[in-house]
Amino acid sequence: MDISKLPAWGAAVIVVATLALAWWLIPGLHQGGDKQVADQFPADPFPSTYKPRPSQPTLIRGATVLTGTDKELANADVLMQGGKIAGVGVHLDAPSGAVVIDGKGKFVTPGIIDIHSHLGVYPSPSNEATQDGNEATKPVTAEVRAENSVWPQDPGFTRALAGGVTTMEILPGSANLIGGRSAVLKNVWATTTQAMKFPGAPYDLKMACGENPKRVYGQKGGPQTQMGDIAGYRAAFAKAQAYRNTWRKYWKTKAGDPPDRDLGLETLALVLDKQIPVQMHCYRADQMATMIDVAKEFGFRIAAFHHASEAYKVADLLRRNDVCAVMWADWWGFKMEAYDGIPEDIAMVDHAGACATIHSDDPIGIQRLNQEVALAMAAGRRMGYRITRAHAVAWMTRNPAKALGILKQTGTLENGKMADVVVWDGDPFSVYSHAQKVFVDGALLYDRDNPELSPRSDFELGQESNGHTGGAGQ
Amino acid sequence: MKIIALSPLPSSPASCGRPNFLGAKKWVARTSRAMTAVGLMLCGSSALAQPPAGVVAYVGNTGIPGPAPVLIQNAKIYTLGSQGTLANGELLIMSGKIARVDINSLPMPGAKIIDAKGKPVTPGLMVSNSELGAIEIDLVGETNDSGPGQDLSAFDADGTDSPTLKETIASAAFDVSDAINPNSTLIAVARIRGVTRSLTAPAIGSGVFSGHAAVIDLGLGPNLVEKTRVGMVANLEPAGGPGAPSRPLIWAQFREMMDDAREYQAQRAAYHRPGGARDQRSSRIDLDALADVVEGREPLLVYVNRVSTIRQVLAYCRANKIKLVILGGSEAWMAASDLAAAHVPVVIDTELNLPNTFSDIGATLKNAARLDAAGVLVAFQPQSNGLAHYARTITQIAGNAVANGMKWDHALAAITRNPAEIWGLADSYGTLEPGKDADVVIWDGDPLEVTSAPTAVFIKGQQMPMTSRQTALRERYRDAAQQNPSAGYH
Repeated sequence: MDISKLPAWGAAVIVVATLALAWWLIPGLHQGGDKQVADQFPADPFPSTYKPRPSQPTLIRGATVLTGTDKELANADVLMQGGKIAGVGVHLDAPSGAVVIDGKGKFVTPGIIDIHSHLGVYPSPSNEATQDGNEATKPVTAEVRAENSVWPQDPGFTRALAGGVTTMEILPGSANLIGGRSAVLKNVWATTTQAMKFPGAPYDLKMACGENPKRVYGQKGGPQTQMGDIAGYRAAFAKAQAYRNTWRKYWKTKAGDPPDRDLGLETLALVLDKQIPVQMHCYRADQMATMIDVAKEFGFRIAAFHHASEAYKVADLLRRNDVCAVMWADWWGFKMEAYDGIPEDIAMVDHAGACATIHSDDPIGIQRLNQEVALAMAAGRRMGYRITRAHAVAWMTRNPAKALGILKQTGTLENGKMADVVVWDGDPFSVYSHAQKVFVDGALLYDRDNPELSPRSDFELGQESNGHTGGAGQ
Repeated sequence: MKIIALSPLPSSPASCGRPNFLGAKKWVARTSRAMTAVGLMLCGSSALAQPPAGVVAYVGNTGIPGPAPVLIQNAKIYTLGSQGTLANGELLIMSGKIARVDINSLPMPGAKIIDAKGKPVTPGLMVSNSELGAIEIDLVGETNDSGPGQDLSAFDADGTDSPTLKETIASAAFDVSDAINPNSTLIAVARIRGVTRSLTAPAIGSGVFSGHAAVIDLGLGPNLVEKTRVGMVANLEPAGGPGAPSRPLIWAQFREMMDDAREYQAQRAAYHRPGGARDQRSSRIDLDALADVVEGREPLLVYVNRVSTIRQVLAYCRANKIKLVILGGSEAWMAASDLAAAHVPVVIDTELNLPNTFSDIGATLKNAARLDAAGVLVAFQPQSNGLAHYARTITQIAGNAVANGMKWDHALAAITRNPAEIWGLADSYGTLEPGKDADVVIWDGDPLEVTSAPTAVFIKGQQMPMTSRQTALRERYRDAAQQNPSAGYH
């Protein structure tokens, strides 16, 4: 549009409208005291530079498709085009030039999402130089971000890819009451963390209940008790409320110098405004109930309880409060608060209508989350629940996507979503099956049958011992 | 004592098992005393010599000394013995032993009949390098007897790393059999998933020697310890971190203690006379503990991953006539032919494929398949991060070995027959052959599949309750959603 060709009044309207829009869009120009702090604090200083890898239109033909939406389609096709899911159904046409994959005997699922991983922050090899997951210097470190610790060359990423994992939430460890911000990453080979960062995924805040903060800080000034843990969260959020009020007052009056910036309180203020949900490490039922109360007191949102060994005891509470439970299939007993973990945890939470999600918390477990879901599904079936594999697949795809706030982009095989897709060489809930082809945004990044697509990290290159393995730990 | 006479058994080769002739003979010799005691004669023995006119008797329903016989029919029986796999067979359990495995159906009046409906039957499973019986909760110190004691302040808050073990005076003298708790809730948790035996080993410590391993069964007790001093655990991988000894220092300590133990054995009497022996740094109890190791009777269970160190320890043990079993072994596949030639077994976690340290650069999911193909005797341990709690993962560990190239029956052997051989139990456990302890599991599907579970478990002939503390918790909360137990909260 050339405004010189418009009448003068028209040009004036456009200029005014543009200024009004700029006034509205540019932070700081229109601030009022009641505006969300998300619009006031500086934008993400580590913006994603992720670009989908080059892809070809691809049609998987005649496979068993578990869509992640409780549907199992026999002899069905999945079309990926332009990095997106372009069709799921029967007798889809292959666009010209499309790669056609014979899906006979194969299964297709959404890419697996691990909502609790420490890849990159506790990478392999594990030694003093690489232990970057816990800023265990004080119990509240809301200012740190896992993305600033991630080592993209962690060989664990390649193993996870070979296990069908396309998206991961990398969390700080659980030494601290408030451990810092998470990073949601796409599982692509990259030399920088920003280049892995899932575009548009919200940040989460990692917090931890129970024994770990007590163990780490019990002799270092506390918290020393569960009640100390709870007081610690509440004190931190009370401070964040005051911090938010100080800034709101400043934004409203612009009187005097701006208050000092505090990165930790800034994060907590965003949590208070529900811009950053909480991913909460809690094992016990009573801990979860208490944390739901704390969240209500301060008005923040807990997206999920992680580890949640006792979620089955309060499944109804989780359902009513719309909080997911993130669980293992059969880990238990390594500490007191995990003593009541049972293999039916996931199935019972699911059966109660709450959001049940698998997780690994482990660089080995992340490679076979499909098997972990199979264990949980089988445990549920043995106690009499009818659980289809079409339903169970959501525990590693749709539900973690929901808990991460990225369900609009990924987590199910639905048109228009990111083409994060796994082709399995058999039933994904069999121990004998493998992820055969793994697509991230429609790009084939792992192919079990092609050594060129069995990635090795920089760390592994030129290492005599690794050179004789199949890549990706195979 | 009530003796029940039973109808004569046919003496056809098929029924009395010519294929297990040797096994039966061995069994007769080994169990003759027990047989005399209960007046027991079985099919296997009748095939050897002319039996007393087909009389087979057992101690009946008095409950003394054993339960009624159990006949498992219509089963797919993986014997792992000379009978191979019987597509539709039956298995008789009497007086705690496997009395007969057969393709024919033979009457057994008075026996409890179990129709397996064509499902798989295997030997009870054995985990190797477990901590079952020695631990209840890792981080509750007084329940964790897998090592000398813990410094919990050194524990990684992330919950994934092992606690650092304190140095103590006793290292080799540590005997895990002193710790075994038959009432540990972990026993039943593993048992109802088909695990009936465990090589329970001391946790790998920060010193060179960690102590004696033991074999336990997972029965109802009161005594689970089957065999003590089954192996001496040693660690030749550097722990890393500040002040941790390097490889040459570890080797110097290792050699010193082995040399001391040898010298101590040679002049044990003199040692106890004042001034009668060289002053040795190692404590007397540790030197005593190594006696069977230096004499080549008790194997050294060496935790080692780096292939160069594996070769080094192979050479040491060959030169010093030490029996060796490798634990860890992430790069063992690179020395597979040497390990096979030296008849050194390897105990591995098949899922480890990360360069967790610089000693594991060659870790691969193919480790089990490659070792097995080279002729190495392979056994499996549970998932490494829960050697006791995750004993039940042993089927998944074996299944993943198959998924990565190991033959299915070889993987099953790695959790039954192979550990029986490695830990010196082959006479009584590891296969479904007449005369062996009746550790028998009936499965609802492929035993190595993650969706499968046992429907019945027998340990030494006794049928186990399919309950655990976990099933009790499950049942208490089964209807939690309906009953709304937390409704009071919100």
